[in-house]
Order: sequence, then C-alpha cells, then structure tokens
Amino acid sequence: MLEIKNLHATVESEGTEILKGVNLTVQKGEIHAIMGPNGSGKSTLAKVVAGHPDYEITGGDILYNGESILELDPDERAHAGIFLAFQYPVEVPGVTNTTLLRESYNTIAASRGREELDPLEFDDYIKEKLDLVEMNPDFLGRSVNTGFSGGEKKRNEIFQMAVLQPALSLLDETDSGLDIDALRIVADGINKLHGNEDAVVLITHYQRLLNYIVPDFVHVMIGGRIAKSGGKELALELEEKGYDWLESLATVNGEAK
Amino acid sequence: MSETKALESMISEEYKYGFTTDVEYEDFPIGINEDVVRLISEKKNEPEWMTEFRLKAYRAWTEMEEPSWFNAVYEKPKFDKLQFYSAPKNTPKLNSLDEVDPNIRETYEKLGIPLEEQKMLAGVAVDAVFDSVSIFTTFKEKLAEAGVIFCSISEAVKDHPELVKKYMGSVVPARDNFYAALNSAVFSDGSFCYVPKDTICPMELSTYFRINNMNSGQFERTLIIAEENSHVSYLEGCTAPMYDEHQLHAAVVELIALDNAEIKYSTIQNWYSGDEDGRGGIYNFVTKRGACRGKNSKISWTQLETGSAVTLKYPSVILQGDDSVGEFYSVAVTNKRQQADTGTKMIHLGKNTKSTIISKGISAGNSNNSYRGEVKFSKKADNARNYSQCDSMLIGQTCGAHTFPYIESSNPTGKVEHEATTSRVGEEQIFYLQQRGISEQDAISLIVNGFCKEVLKELPMEFAVEANKLLGIKLEGSVG
Repeated sequence: MLEIKNLHATVESEGTEILKGVNLTVQKGEIHAIMGPNGSGKSTLAKVVAGHPDYEITGGDILYNGESILELDPDERAHAGIFLAFQYPVEVPGVTNTTLLRESYNTIAASRGREELDPLEFDDYIKEKLDLVEMNPDFLGRSVNTGFSGGEKKRNEIFQMAVLQPALSLLDETDSGLDIDALRIVADGINKLHGNEDAVVLITHYQRLLNYIVPDFVHVMIGGRIAKSGGKELALELEEKGYDWLESLATVNGEAK
Repeated sequence: MSETKALESMISEEYKYGFTTDVEYEDFPIGINEDVVRLISEKKNEPEWMTEFRLKAYRAWTEMEEPSWFNAVYEKPKFDKLQFYSAPKNTPKLNSLDEVDPNIRETYEKLGIPLEEQKMLAGVAVDAVFDSVSIFTTFKEKLAEAGVIFCSISEAVKDHPELVKKYMGSVVPARDNFYAALNSAVFSDGSFCYVPKDTICPMELSTYFRINNMNSGQFERTLIIAEENSHVSYLEGCTAPMYDEHQLHAAVVELIALDNAEIKYSTIQNWYSGDEDGRGGIYNFVTKRGACRGKNSKISWTQLETGSAVTLKYPSVILQGDDSVGEFYSVAVTNKRQQADTGTKMIHLGKNTKSTIISKGISAGNSNNSYRGEVKFSKKADNARNYSQCDSMLIGQTCGAHTFPYIESSNPTGKVEHEATTSRVGEEQIFYLQQRGISEQDAISLIVNGFCKEVLKELPMEFAVEANKLLGIKLEGSVG
C-alpha cells in the first residue's frame, strides 16, 4: 500500500535536511509503530507523506498503491485515502465540526465515485460515529477545535478518521496529552476502525499506547533514518534500554549517504 | 506544479467586472466652479431651491480643507481635472426596459443584475445608476401599489419635492465634511425611497452603481425615509472598470426612521481596487448616516467591503428616539495595495438606546485595514448600551490591521463592552483543511467565511451566496 524509498526531505525555508534516506513498506491490514527520540524526523515523515508544503523532497520516492504521490497536492492525497491525525490539531473558528466534516466527506466521496450525503443523511451518519470516541453530540455544532482541551482535540482527530474512513491513517502522537481514560477510548476507537483493508501508522514516544494497540511492526527512527525495525517486542526493549544504544548504531551505518 | 498555472489564471481574471462599455457621452466641462454646479442643476431641470442647495454646499466646500486624519496614504484627487457630471447620450426618460441603450443593458446583464422582469421572482426591485444617471427603476408599479416610492433622486426632486426638501441634508448637512459638501454641490443621481406609515415594503430594494467613464467621478445621493411602523430592506452593489487612473466616488446616504420603523441597509462594495502596484482603483469616500428619529426605531448597516483602492467610510447611527437600536455589521477585505479605514459611529441621545458593532477586517497582500469606531453616550442617554467586537484576520506577512475604538460617555448609567481579537490564517490551517480533502481555495473560503459568519448572516438571503463567492475570489492566491 505504502512504499517509501530512500526518502530525503529538507525544510524548504532553511534547507536543513530532516529525512536522510527513509525506507518503509506498509501493507494493507498492518499496524506499524514508529518510535524514536525528539527531532529524529518521525513527525516530518508523517507530514511529508501527507504533502505538507514546508518540506521539499530532495531524493527518493513515496509510492501509494504502486504510484508516486510526490506531485499530488495534500487534498488529492486525502482523496486517495491518506489521513493524518495531527499532533497539534488546528483551530478553525466559525466553522462547525459538522460543516467541515460534511464538506470533507462529500469532497472525498465525489473524488472516489462514492455517493455524497445530503445534510440530513450526513447527520445520521456522523451521530453513529460519535459513540466510537464517546463524544457528546453538542460537540458537532462547535467550531472546529476552537476552545477544545488538548484531549478533546486528539479525540476529534480520531472522530474525523472514523467519519472519513481512510485507507492509510498516519497518527502523529495522538496519545500525547491524553489521560489514561482518554487514551483507552482513543485506542479502542482506533482498534475498532482498523481492519483488513486499511493500514495504520502510529507515531509515538511511549510504549504505553502499544499496550492498547498492538503493532505488527515497530520501527525506530534516529537522525532522519529508520535505525532498527522489529516486532512488538522491540518497543519493550526500547522502554528498558532507551535509544542510546541505537544512536551509536545509526552513526556507524550513517556514514554512507 | 500545475497548481501555479491554475492560480495565475484565477488571479488574472479575478476582477471580472473590469470591462468598459462603449457608450457616447454628453459633453460636459472639466473642473469645478459655480457655473459647473449651475450647469449640473440645469442639465437635470431642477427647481430653483435645489440649485440653491447645491450652490450653498459648493461655497461651503471651497472654504473647507481636505481631511487627512485617517490611516491611509494616497495622492489627493485633482478636482480641476475631474469631470463632475457624466451621462450617456440618449438615455434619460425611459418607459420600458426595451428603451435602455443595448450596450448598457448588456453591461448590467454581464454584472448579473436582475434588470429583467423575469427576475421578479427573485423579489428584488432594482435601480441602476450608470455613471451619474439612473437608468431604470424596475417594479415601480408593484411598489406603488403598496404605497412605496422607489425612484431616482432626480425624479424625487421633481415629483416629491416636499419630501426631499424636508429630509435631504437633515441627517448629513452639506457642511458635515469635505466630501459630503462636495457631494451636496454636484451629486448627480442616486436612489430615493419612501415607505409610508404601517407599510412593510413588499420586496428587497436594490441599487447597482456602475462607474464607466474614465475621468468622471461618481457622486450619488441616496435618501431613505421609513415612516411610523414601516419596514424596508435595501441593498446596493458597486462595480467599475479597470483604469490606471484613480477615480473618485463620493456618495452621501441618509436614512430616517420614525417611530417603530426599521431600515436595513446592506452594501456589497466591489469597486475596482487597482493593480498589484497600486495603480488605479476607486477612491471610495462615502458619508453614510442614519437617524433613528422615532421611538423604538431601528437602523441596521451591513457592509461587505471588498473593492476600492482607498475606502474611507463610517456608516453611523444617531439614536435620537428612546429605545432605538443601531447596528453595524461589517466585513472589510483588503488585498494587494488596498487601504481601508472604515468603521462606524453610534451616537446615543435617547434613553435606553442600544447599539451593536461587529467588525471583521481581513487583510492580505500589502494592504492596510483599519477599524475606526466611536461610541458616544450623551448626558440624557440613560441606560444606553453598546457592544462592540472588532476582529482582524491577517493573511500573509506584509499586510497591516489596526483598531481605533473611541468611547465617550457623559452619562454614568451607560454600559459599553468592547472585544477585539487578531488572528492569522496560517499555512498550517490551510494544510489541515487540505489534508481533510478540501482544496486550497475552498479552505481559504471556509476559514474566511467562518471568521465573518456573524456578519454574513445579516445579509439578505439573495445576496448571501454572492457574498460568499466574492470573498473567495477576492482572496484567491493570497496565501503561500
């Protein structure tokens, strides 16, 4: 489904290279966790796959269902089924959650040849999805993320994911800022949404999320590269040993460009 | 990227009203003096009292100085180079739509104005002012049945002199300010509306103003009177062709609401705003004021200001009658090199008077957008209330937003609330919406419409769609 090949990316305004040759393959039905220290490029990787304009791709390629998406705008990537749950969800005052989601849902539906929903049908449809993240229906009439607590914003991201039903979900530190109850709700929601036809990439600092969502693969990013990949037990190893032992490994391998 | 090309083409066609209509004009001298003022009056076959009104205003104007207290920098209009009256040949005195010059009709059709009778379904009565002359007022008969007079101000001077004499200049006196004095001397045409007692005007009234001639100024004059227990909603729209030179538009609008009457006045102003380097565009220097003369009367201004190179405009309400209500809802959008200094004055004179001000300023490009408002409670205005909210939104790094609120209270029982915010539309916001499948342009439109929601909902339904579209077009390509 997703194939990232030797991807290099820089911050467009500064020219600083953040991604220094990332390779990653994600298949349908899989859950991948990407871990790593601050500044290792985890969030950048997610943003680059979603098409954030701040980054310039200087080498490599991103294939999605076998085709390069580098030339696609962020909205076109969303139409293709790529979803990014933001680390810092953005406020849009005056635009209600329902308005945004209906616009999103119908735009995506139209581009994929699915049927668009009129406001009444859509209302029924999203109300079902609310339960998934245990949200109050009042929330639909509120402006997008405006005045939301950190936890509500994160839950809103997963709610949007439930409504839009993406094929590939990149969840950027969705667990940070959540208390233990909210973490459980969010994790349950993600588990319910995940099936054989979609894939999830979790970006996280903490092993605790992986107690709730069990990944098929764990990758450690260090210095803009994936330094080590393994099964779910790798996360536990990291919890115990930290990242230092991998950092030395990365530098040794990192000589080659 | 392919996006760049699409953007370029959108930008180049962004002002789609910039065409010129090929019409022959009557000759008229350039510049201004007493003879010119007399000649305007003569061209319009005005009665002596009207000529006198103009001359008095002209003399007052010659003694006044052009103001410069606002937050805008521009080259002053050259009054000796300006043509103060401009009328297409062979137009006045029309009995049916078929008699309108086909070129002019085509212009209005291009502008999407419902001049045609078939548009009656839209329930909008239209007066169209082309350069200085009112071309045609539709639905006159239907309005007349209800007792509503809706005609050009020139006709009103002839047919309803008692009303014009009584009310014209009673809200905005000729000496009020430099541009009001100039308008009073040379005003060419405009709309007149009179709604009699106990009458609800059966349709939205609307005027479209069009400046076509390159060197002429437009000085229209609008007068709306709502008698006791009456109600009227009026909307004006404005466009102009693109020229390299600045053009002057100096209008005066006066509204009078008597006991329990309500006037709702909406503006969609989209004069040509000049090019990227600030060449050309309209100087929009307008005096708009309403008087809530009667008890429990209400005047509401709603404006969507997107055009003009320079806008200086403060639609105001004088709250004379006890329990009267004044409202000002404004969205001012500036892009490129546009400068807008706009806001309102709420002058509370009567008891229990209330006013609401909601102002939304959006600046993009290299533009400058200022809100300037004054709230005044006089000694006798017991229990007066004002609520003001001024929000600014910045798009990009090179624009400016300013807020100048003035509050003056001479009565200890008055209450004023003021809120102000400034926000920036960031790449992050747009990326967020794009990631949800929404295109860049729709994302900007969504963000801006969300920001302006409280004001846009005040516009008459028929124009809300137009307003949404206009906002989108105006800000296309302004981010990133």
